[in-house]
Amino acid sequence: MSEAPIVICEHCDAVYRRRPLALGQLARCSRCDGPLYRNRPIDLDVMLALAVAALIVLVIANVFPIVNLQVSNDDREATLWGAILATYDSGVGFVALLAALTVFFYPLLQLLLYLHVLLPLRFGMRGAGFNTSMHLLRAMQPWSMVEVFVLGVLVALVKLSSMAEVTPKLGMWGFALLTVLLTWLNSFDMHQLWDIAEERCSGRD
Amino acid sequence: MAATKDAPLATAVIGATITAQDLGVAGCTACGQVVRLSENCDGAPCPRCNAPLWHRKRYSFSRTWALLIAAGILYIPANLLPIMRTRTLGGAARDDTILSGVVELWQAGSWDLAVIVFVASILVPVVKIGMLVVLLVTSQRGSHWARVNRSRMYRLIEFVGHWSMLDVFVVALMAALVRFQSLADVTPRPGAVAFGAVVVLTMLASRRFDPRLIWDPAPK
Repeated sequence: MSEAPIVICEHCDAVYRRRPLALGQLARCSRCDGPLYRNRPIDLDVMLALAVAALIVLVIANVFPIVNLQVSNDDREATLWGAILATYDSGVGFVALLAALTVFFYPLLQLLLYLHVLLPLRFGMRGAGFNTSMHLLRAMQPWSMVEVFVLGVLVALVKLSSMAEVTPKLGMWGFALLTVLLTWLNSFDMHQLWDIAEERCSGRD
Repeated sequence: MAATKDAPLATAVIGATITAQDLGVAGCTACGQVVRLSENCDGAPCPRCNAPLWHRKRYSFSRTWALLIAAGILYIPANLLPIMRTRTLGGAARDDTILSGVVELWQAGSWDLAVIVFVASILVPVVKIGMLVVLLVTSQRGSHWARVNRSRMYRLIEFVGHWSMLDVFVVALMAALVRFQSLADVTPRPGAVAFGAVVVLTMLASRRFDPRLIWDPAPK
């Protein structure tokens, strides 16, 4: 395969010869209409900045309460971990585990892995365990569900507003911002990171 | 965003597109590298990233069917069993299923959220299970019916799948917030477990399905 590079449609296995696209253009498969590749160069600095920012926002979102609930003179505040533990205590451990993994552990691990991969790459190195980290990132992506959790907070707010006074707190805005940052970060084409790693460092780990 | 349609590399005389499998090459799903891979070398590691290379996802039909049937069975308790119990002062305990939660939102006047929860919790799981059954049956028979739209359908399923987790988070949050001993409290019920399992199983099922099978000739 030394001639012009070929592209395989991952949705239907049709084979194409890669040709240059204008900036921002997207090539689609003429057989199944699936996206083939786009010309959107990734920027390691932007990705790093997003990962660091998202990590800070993740801490804020988890430390501060998400919602405040007031009934007469009684106040209740819920953090993400408060919700997870309350669910666990009521005997539905599986639900607590799902929430803990999809809203806390996977997003956290995702961001740490991004930093672990991007930082050395930014300085022209291929970090230790690059392959493993990249494989883990790919496997975890569909299971990170911060955006669904934010919608869940909104639904809970409305459901509770009939019986008490509810106010969204800092943690809620934290999760909303985290959604934006993670969506942006995950929109980059990870295959290009493999290309960059191969170009800049010939050694393997 | 501007889009361009690429013409396939080669089209055989009969009008069928040449696939990577025909050419004895495979694209690495992990890193995108195109690698020469003959039929009997399925499972060999990618020279660039070490992930095993396959022309098609392994045992795609049987694995997808298994996960899908499990999801279909659990779908019944997920909708019939209550997902949470609300106790308020003076009132009897009230058990809510997914559907009654939607009705409650509608009656409270938040029709927009009621529609969102209805779509995410009731429509998406049913449509997803139904669409996957259609995809499995048509692909196993090598059907040529609406292949482009079936491909699009699969990409849609993959895209919306995880939004069904919505109700699981709502229950967890309500349980954490509404804990006023004598006044009122909310506790999750077993329906929430079944429902969470349905969402996870349908997500796993759609990931096991290989959309390339839509375009392949019927398996012998």
